[in-house]
Order: sequence, then structure tokens, then C-alpha cells
Amino acid sequence: MLESLSVIKDALPYLLKGSFATGVIVVGAMLIGLALGLLMACGMVYGRKWVRLVVGFYIWFFQGVPVLVLLFLFYFGLFNFLGLNFTAITAVTIVLGMTTAAYQANIFRGAMLSIPQGQFKAANALGMSNVQAITNIILPQVLRISIPAWSNEFSIILKDSALAFVIGAPEIMARTQFVASRTYQHLPLYITAGLIYFVLTWSGVKGLRALENKVRIPGYSHQGN
Amino acid sequence: MSRSEPILKVENITKSFGSAEILKGVGLELPKGAIKILIGPSGGGKSTLLQCLNCLVTPDSGTIWFNGGVVNIQKSKELYAFRQQVGMIFQDFNLFDHLTALDNIIIALCKVKKMSKQQARERAMTELDQVGLGDKGHLYPAELSGGQKQRVAIARALAMDPKVLLLDEPTSALDPELVGEVVAVIRSLAHKGMTMIMATHQISLIRNLADEILFMKDGLIAERGTPDELLGKGCGTLSQGFCDKLNEIAGEES
Ligand SMILES: Nc1ncnc2c1ncn2[C@@H]1O[C@H](COP(=O)(O)OP(=O)(O)O)[C@@H](O)[C@H]1O
Ligand SMILES: [Mg+2]
Repeated sequence: MLESLSVIKDALPYLLKGSFATGVIVVGAMLIGLALGLLMACGMVYGRKWVRLVVGFYIWFFQGVPVLVLLFLFYFGLFNFLGLNFTAITAVTIVLGMTTAAYQANIFRGAMLSIPQGQFKAANALGMSNVQAITNIILPQVLRISIPAWSNEFSIILKDSALAFVIGAPEIMARTQFVASRTYQHLPLYITAGLIYFVLTWSGVKGLRALENKVRIPGYSHQGN
Repeated sequence: MSRSEPILKVENITKSFGSAEILKGVGLELPKGAIKILIGPSGGGKSTLLQCLNCLVTPDSGTIWFNGGVVNIQKSKELYAFRQQVGMIFQDFNLFDHLTALDNIIIALCKVKKMSKQQARERAMTELDQVGLGDKGHLYPAELSGGQKQRVAIARALAMDPKVLLLDEPTSALDPELVGEVVAVIRSLAHKGMTMIMATHQISLIRNLADEILFMKDGLIAERGTPDELLGKGCGTLSQGFCDKLNEIAGEES
């Protein structure tokens, strides 16, 4: 028991450094997903037929293939093939980013469809171009509405990032496994890793909830907590 | 441009949705200061026509003249510039839900007219004062009554200095006790000489404001004429029958 505690105490700084790598992966992936997801959602809702087809195919592919398979496909396959020498962290960030983009696109698409079409017409009627109407009127509302679903996506990606250890990215999971294989204190170490994930998820979700309340439109919906 | 030349004129506008022919070749002219009122049964194509006038709905065929020149609606730039000068008021207000009343007005001034924030703010305040909402600028649409929302929408349209105002049943979504405040604003616009075309079932607006009544039915203008011509005692027009029915309903309500 005491031995376990001292192993954890010794390993903790090393594991916490891994949470830095995890943080980079998750934040990077979520931002890639945000940018790409918004673009694809616009394409699906407002785009021409060929745009909708391309986006539809992208989503179908990334939703249909397991993240682990995608990781191998990209890291050992595509990136190698293209001669891109990405570090494991960069590769994981990109793959997770492209995966969450598919899910985020659907989140944003749903939000877009929920905004009364009349507001787009009103923006057009005032002389705004379609792009201006989307960026000034539609997206600010879409982003607000999407925060709860986006927060779900965040917690999923945070936990999926643990898969990065299979290609050797030095994040929480990889570091835990490394220490465990030397000290044979598997159980306490994995419990510690689990707790770190738990705390990260919890603070992220809390933060997003706070953001949701901060940008809430007065008189429009109920206050959450 | 001569005085009599219309500000807005359309010819032979047609529009189909799928196989349904909604507009079957409609033409009309709006001289400066004119007020034309569209009436007719629901589904007759009034909203579609109004939205064709500023190409929110793209007509299948037809020509639009504005200020003496043909509007080339294929050119986005030209279309956007045209729409800036044509204000539109919708039945269900269509305020931007995420912006305060004031910001609803400011945003187009800043983004479309490229005004400075300060200038836009002053202009927006002036327009809100004009519709009697000078003290409500900080409220969001969800915090306003229907009548207040519609007045904000009118202020928002007027801030763009439109040459023509298109109004699509501006009082139809309002509780009866809120109709009056919006009617008052529209009346005062009429007195200031604003050029308007308005679809409405508000009997008080039809009789008193219209220079010409256009009765729309099945995608065509079935009757057109002054209120006296169409609504005079016993002239037996479609318009008169329609207005009698509106009167009956209004009578039952009050
Ligand atoms: N976007 C649309 N798609 C399909 N049908 C439409 C669309 N807009 C209007 N319509 C149809 O066009 C007809 C005329 O509608 P509208 O112009 O709203 O008439 P009004 O305003 O006179 O009541 C209706 O039958 C309506 O169902
Ligand atoms: Mg209508």
C-alpha cells in the first residue's frame, strides 16, 4: 500500500506532464473540428449539390471508420506516403480533429436548421450578402446553441485521445503504461490516470457550461448551472 | 428621371415552386410616394410577389426596374446594392434574436453601409425614437412585445434610407390590442411620403391609405383600382366582397 503511494507520488509529475500533451491534442483537435465542422455545416445547409455530396462522403467516412483504424491509416499510411514527417502528437491531433469535424459538422448543421429562415431573409433584405448574413447573423446564434453538444464532443475527444499511446505520443496513457511496466503497480497507476482524465473532463465541461451561461441571449432560454 | 417615372416597376413576373405556378405574370408600378395595397385570399401569391420584388425569391422570369434602370439580378453586387434601397417588413418581424433592438439596427449600418460604430449608433437611436422605442434599445427581441418587435423591424428598415418599403402583412401576427401602435407608425410613414407596397388584411389601412388596391388571386392581379372604384357601395367587385368579409370578422371581434 505504502509502496503504491510512493510510486504514485514519484510518477505524478511525470504523468501530469502527459496531461499537457493530452491538452495540446484535445484543444488542437477541437479547434480543427470547429473550423472544419463549421465550414462543412455551411456547405451542407447552404452549398450546391456537389458540395453537399463531398461533405456527405467525408462525414460518412469519418463516422464509419474506428478512430484507431484511422490513426494507423493516417500515421503509417497516408502521412508516410505523402512524405509528411509528423510527430505522433501532431498526427493524433490531425486525425482526431478530422474525426470530430465530422461529428461537429452535424452538430452545427442541426443548429443552423433550427434558426428561423426569416432571419436570413431579413439580413438579405437589408443588403447583406449571403456570406455576411451567415457570419453576422447565423453563426453567432449557431455557436451559442451548439455549446452543449460541443461540450459532449469535447469529453469524447478527450477520452479518445488516450488512443494516441498506440503510436507513442507521450500523453497521459502512454506515460502511465511506461511507468506501470517498470514498477508493476498497474492498478494504482491506472486509477491515477483515470482520475486525471476525470478532472480534465470535469473542468472542461464546467468551463463550457460557464461560457454557455455567459453568452446566453437574455429572455431567450433558461439559465443552466 | 421625370417625376412620374416609377421608382420600382416590375413586368411579367412568374414564379413556380415545383409544378405549382404561384405567380403567372404579374406587373406593377410604384411611382414616388405611392401607396399600393395588396389584398386577396391566403395562398394567392402576395408574399411571393413581395419577395420577388427584392429577389428574396428569385423570379423565374420577368424584369425589375429600379430608379429607371433594369436591375441585373444575376450580378450579386448589383442585387445587394438594390436590396439596400428597398426596405422590407415581414409578418413575423424576423429580428436578429442574438442582438439587442439597437444592435439589430446598427449591424446593417456597420456591415452594409460601412458606417462607423458611433455614427451607426446615433442613427439607430434616432430611428428607435421615431417609432417610440427610444428607451428600449438595450432589450433583446425575446424581451419585447410583438408590437415593439415590429416597430424595431420598421426602424431597422428605415435606418437604411430605403426608397421603397415592402410590407408583408405587418400586423397579422400581432395581438389585436397591439395592432394600433404599428398601424400608427405606418400611417406616419405614409404622411411623410414614403413609397410603399403592402399586403394587409387590416381594413383601416386598406381604406384610408391606399392610392391603389391590387386584388391578387391565383397568381394574378384580378382587380386593380382606387379604394373608391373597388370598395364603393354596391360596386360588386371581388375586393368589396373580400373587405366585407374582413369587416364582418372585425365586427365579431370588437
Ligand atoms: N418556398 C415555397 N415552396 C413551395 N411553395 C411555396 C413556397 N412559398 C410559397 N409557396 C406556395 O405558394 C402559394 C402562395 O403563397 P404566398 O405567396 O405566401 O400567398 P399569400 O401571401 O397570398 O398568402 C401557397 O400555396 C404556398 O404554399
Ligand atoms: Mg402571405
